[in-house]
Amino acid sequence: MKPAPFDYVAARSLDEALAALADAGEGGKVLAGGQSLVPLLALRLARPDVLVDVNQIAGLDRLVVDDHRLVIGALVRHRAVELDERVRRAFPLVSAAAAQIGHVAIRNRGTVGGSVAHADPAAEWPTLLLALDGEVEVASPRGRRVIGAGDLYAGYLTTTLEADEVVCEVRGTLPEGRIGTSFLELARREGDFAIVGVAAVLAREGDVVRHCRLALSGVGSTPVRARGAEELLAGGPADDAAIAAAARTVADEMDPPGDIHGSADYRRKVAEVLVRRALCAARDEIGTVVAQ
Amino acid sequence: MEVNGEQRSGSVEPRTTLADFLRDELGLTGTHLGCEHGVCGACTVLLDGHSVRSCLMLAVQADGCSLRTVEGLAAEGGQLHPIQEAFSAEHGLQCGFCTPGFLMSTVELLNEVPEPSEEQIRSHLSGNLCRCTGYHHIVKAVLRAAEVIRGDVAARQA
Repeated sequence: MKPAPFDYVAARSLDEALAALADAGEGGKVLAGGQSLVPLLALRLARPDVLVDVNQIAGLDRLVVDDHRLVIGALVRHRAVELDERVRRAFPLVSAAAAQIGHVAIRNRGTVGGSVAHADPAAEWPTLLLALDGEVEVASPRGRRVIGAGDLYAGYLTTTLEADEVVCEVRGTLPEGRIGTSFLELARREGDFAIVGVAAVLAREGDVVRHCRLALSGVGSTPVRARGAEELLAGGPADDAAIAAAARTVADEMDPPGDIHGSADYRRKVAEVLVRRALCAARDEIGTVVAQ
Repeated sequence: MEVNGEQRSGSVEPRTTLADFLRDELGLTGTHLGCEHGVCGACTVLLDGHSVRSCLMLAVQADGCSLRTVEGLAAEGGQLHPIQEAFSAEHGLQCGFCTPGFLMSTVELLNEVPEPSEEQIRSHLSGNLCRCTGYHHIVKAVLRAAEVIRGDVAARQA
């Protein structure tokens, strides 16, 4: 066995989990799907005193899909989202993103809440959360609070969650009306972390872009929303020239990291290409999507 | 927990992974450990019918679950499972270290998709690494196994 010793609490209820976390203080850690945490334990990069296993808690695995609203319990597995027909119809970008998380055996086990809280800037869920203008509901001994997607991520693998808080639910929305969406990412091999990922949402009225949301993974210490490009597109046409200009804006405004998987310049170039393709795909999907 | 149809139990430290429990406590050493941090897929087993990496689960988390490992594939008397037969016939293994993981992932795939395309096979097995075969023969083995299993099902229904 590789992890350092820890105490283990299999919480049967949310209250039990919160009490155990409160007792543990800074040494406590929530164990959900374990697909990121257990490797960290194995490598001893994480050495919590107490692991609070939330997998047995009832009521954290609901998946509610309305036309424009998606509610995902923290314990819903990636694979369940990927295979859900309702999600595929109303939130096709979410299905597409879920299918690109790791490999099947990882998606069978990994949870949406866990991924959102792990805050890997290359991961799919944090980026989706931004593109869906989402929020998370968290519980602590002090009660519940809701954190907007824009206020959740503080840095690399770092959120604004307190040590005694547990993510209960992840929620997102799409604008009403005629919309198209897209999720694209580039990885060296299937299942690898994305070098760059893009989630795009485009709403149109006639030929005019009414609303646009663009979020990117892999281009900073947190997932980022490309506000400059969104504003550039809003109120104008969604023709190829406008989309190309928006993609250039994204590339110009970002300050991506360079690592062994790709230099900063490479990431900037990939981001520009992916944003262009994602926006074109979202535009061309309008009218064919049932999400009305 | 139930392992390959038998009730098994044990008492371990919380930090014991499911893989170590299977191998060290239950003596089921068919489940192999490659990387031990969720990259290689060699330790893949089926938990309540779905593939999981047994190095990324704590043994205590599998309390009360139903597990199937590579030891649970062959029939009583040693008759190989059609997937094992196909891997042998198509040279879907060389050193064999990664094979248990590939077999278990393939069981899941063929349960879900009885007639998979090559692309579906490569996608479903993307989480299993093999350093010997170049994957080509593994894909052929899965296609052959799918065909054999479909034939068996059809024969039973006839």
